[in-house]
Amino acid sequence: MTGKDTQNDGKMTGAEIVLRALKDNGVEHVFGYPGGAVLPIYDEIFQQEDIQHILVRHEQGAGHAAEGYARSTGKPGVMLVTSGPGATNAVTPLQDALMDSIPLVCLSGQVPTTLIGSDAFQECDTVGITRPCTKHNWLVKDVNDLAATIHEAFRIATTGRPGPVVVDIPKDVQFATGTYTPPSATQPKGNYKPKMQGDLDRIRAAVELMANARRPIIYSGGGVVNSGPEASQLLRELVELTGFPITSTLMGLGSYPASGKNWLGMLGMHGTYEANMAMHDCDVMVCIGARFDDRITGRLNAFSPNSKKIHIDIDPSSINKTVRVDVPILGDVGRVLEDMVRLWRATANKADKSHLKDWWENITRWRARNSLAYRPNDDVIMPQYAIQRLYEKTKHMDTYITTEVGQHQMWAAQFYGFEKPNRWMTSGGLGTMGYGLPAALGAQIAHPESLVIDIAGDASVQMTMQEMSSAVQYNAPIKIFILNNQYMGMVRQWQQLLHGNRLSNSYTEAMPDFVLMAQAFGAHGIRCEKPGDLDDAIQEMIDVKKPVLFDCRVANLANCFPMIPSGKAHNEMLLPDEATDEAVANAIDAKGRQLV
Amino acid sequence: MNAQLQPTGSAYFIDKETQAVESHTLSVLVSNEPGVLARVIGLFSGRGYNIESLTVSETEHEAHLSRITIVTRGTPHVLEQIKAQLERIVPVHRVVDLTVRALELGSDRPVERELALIKVAGSGEARVEALRLAEAFRAKVIDATVGHFIFEITGKPSKIDQFIAIMKPMGLIEVCRTGIAALNRGPQGM
Repeated sequence: MTGKDTQNDGKMTGAEIVLRALKDNGVEHVFGYPGGAVLPIYDEIFQQEDIQHILVRHEQGAGHAAEGYARSTGKPGVMLVTSGPGATNAVTPLQDALMDSIPLVCLSGQVPTTLIGSDAFQECDTVGITRPCTKHNWLVKDVNDLAATIHEAFRIATTGRPGPVVVDIPKDVQFATGTYTPPSATQPKGNYKPKMQGDLDRIRAAVELMANARRPIIYSGGGVVNSGPEASQLLRELVELTGFPITSTLMGLGSYPASGKNWLGMLGMHGTYEANMAMHDCDVMVCIGARFDDRITGRLNAFSPNSKKIHIDIDPSSINKTVRVDVPILGDVGRVLEDMVRLWRATANKADKSHLKDWWENITRWRARNSLAYRPNDDVIMPQYAIQRLYEKTKHMDTYITTEVGQHQMWAAQFYGFEKPNRWMTSGGLGTMGYGLPAALGAQIAHPESLVIDIAGDASVQMTMQEMSSAVQYNAPIKIFILNNQYMGMVRQWQQLLHGNRLSNSYTEAMPDFVLMAQAFGAHGIRCEKPGDLDDAIQEMIDVKKPVLFDCRVANLANCFPMIPSGKAHNEMLLPDEATDEAVANAIDAKGRQLV
Repeated sequence: MNAQLQPTGSAYFIDKETQAVESHTLSVLVSNEPGVLARVIGLFSGRGYNIESLTVSETEHEAHLSRITIVTRGTPHVLEQIKAQLERIVPVHRVVDLTVRALELGSDRPVERELALIKVAGSGEARVEALRLAEAFRAKVIDATVGHFIFEITGKPSKIDQFIAIMKPMGLIEVCRTGIAALNRGPQGM
């Protein structure tokens, strides 16, 4: 990168090869943390200007930041960590990226090859530890394999079902001199060839099922976002052409706009009544890039009992994993939707949607239950109200939303309307508390002019709070909007539901002062306690050109509804008007004894 | 809709398995690279699948290919899922459920063979009887002193089981088995 490569017959050191390979794979930002086993790479970073390194405060933060970067851009996120603790700290974001199919390339330093296996200082079996939490990983023992391995790592991370990869590079390999091969000159190794194009006969069969459906529903997921913006465009087209109602998983929000007329809201455990009832009663279900997760299906043997199911997925192991489907279509969502839209236009009776009239009337009735209703309060900020106001104040702006994990995450999914894909970053599969703050940092680095908000909970945000310091360092004006109820709200909600209201360790007795904390970091702190002050406080948060910690004091005991209680089916939802705090506590108290 | 909650005591939805468990033999063709066996075995332990027998060796040196033969137990759904999960592993080239394939090819089972080395120590009548039985089972003597034999035997796993059971009273010391190697009948490859 410093011109040394031209002096020496294309020979470079391993560290130079790393930087060149990153550049040739289009990398502009790397999130990382230095340490003994990656110092040669850091030395190269120091001597070049093409790639910006973002210094985090903990390797977990680097991983989530890279995930936020990846999810908001569609490009792979890159993290760089040292050996031993650097690598073990990367495990949580790697598993997070694996479960949510996020392209993440992790480069890790390793002790010199001669010391591997000797329990050297900061040694760990990185490829062993990360084997089950990556799509693939490599230990590079020969500097001449380094370039090809990094190119292969990017290819595997970004193609097929995206996911995390690790390239473990011993320190002597970073120092050694070898030949650089550019991506174009590198032959893909092995047999890895994801199937992109769907089987046309299957797609034809799906279109025929859909054309004859009387109670159809489209259930879309994160795969639509991963497939790229064209896939979301095609999804919208398909909904428009068919007139079908559409719901989406947590990960898929934004593919179809929340303002769209066919939108039923999110489905699943905390999904809307209309979405879950429509899933239960439908006769044809079109699952597009989703994986029938247990938070979605409820009790499996009561899941959508009378429907024919079509499943489009790029991962063969997702098909028929938990729910048996009638028409599996293996392929990239975008490509399959393209064929599906074309076939629908060619064959189906497109103008006539009258046969769906009864179905839509049903849906209208379910919608009228207003399942997201909550009791407004003039004295205390209701968490749902806080999200609604945040949405109203920011919806016309260029906004990216991340979340932590818990009640606030579900409220954000329910009450914040997403109009575009790649605008919503949340830890869906792994449910990683502490994801949102570093993910916001990553999204902000990718989109420096945009408004990036982490809708957070008071407990989650403390897990990766140290990254506020990184945000301040890089002038990344992320807004951390904390719904502070002093509880691990979702833990408490489950304790109320399942454990006789015994609130074991879910109350935070020594809550830090978030405003003072913001000041300590050199950020801006805001506290808001009254509903009447909320709009002005949110405006202040938006206007401040600095990272902000917003301590939004909300009703302490509010719970997240509607809800499918465990072991229940989609049509057995607990609705907010039937679930006052007292009713929930009492209902469980009586039953709670059986659990002990 | 039901406001009267019936807590199950779990945050997960647990369904009872209703299908019957079957034993299948899988042939897995993999790139012969470091860690590939760990990936395959890690998948089985990580996802809670069973391994009854495992055999692995390089089979095509030029192409750097190894063949792993796994005997596993599960319901048809689980077996289907095992195959799909194996196919996700990047260095895995092909997975064939030999048991399913055998039925498609019109035979009952794939050809399955195992080799075992069996050490028997003893003298007098038991020693003579051990040798006589070994001949009946077409086991070869590959090492012997006046006090012991090592027999080499190949065959179906059931034959080896039977031989070992018979050797027990003859002074069985130890057994080493290779695990099952399997191919399907007929001219076609996997």
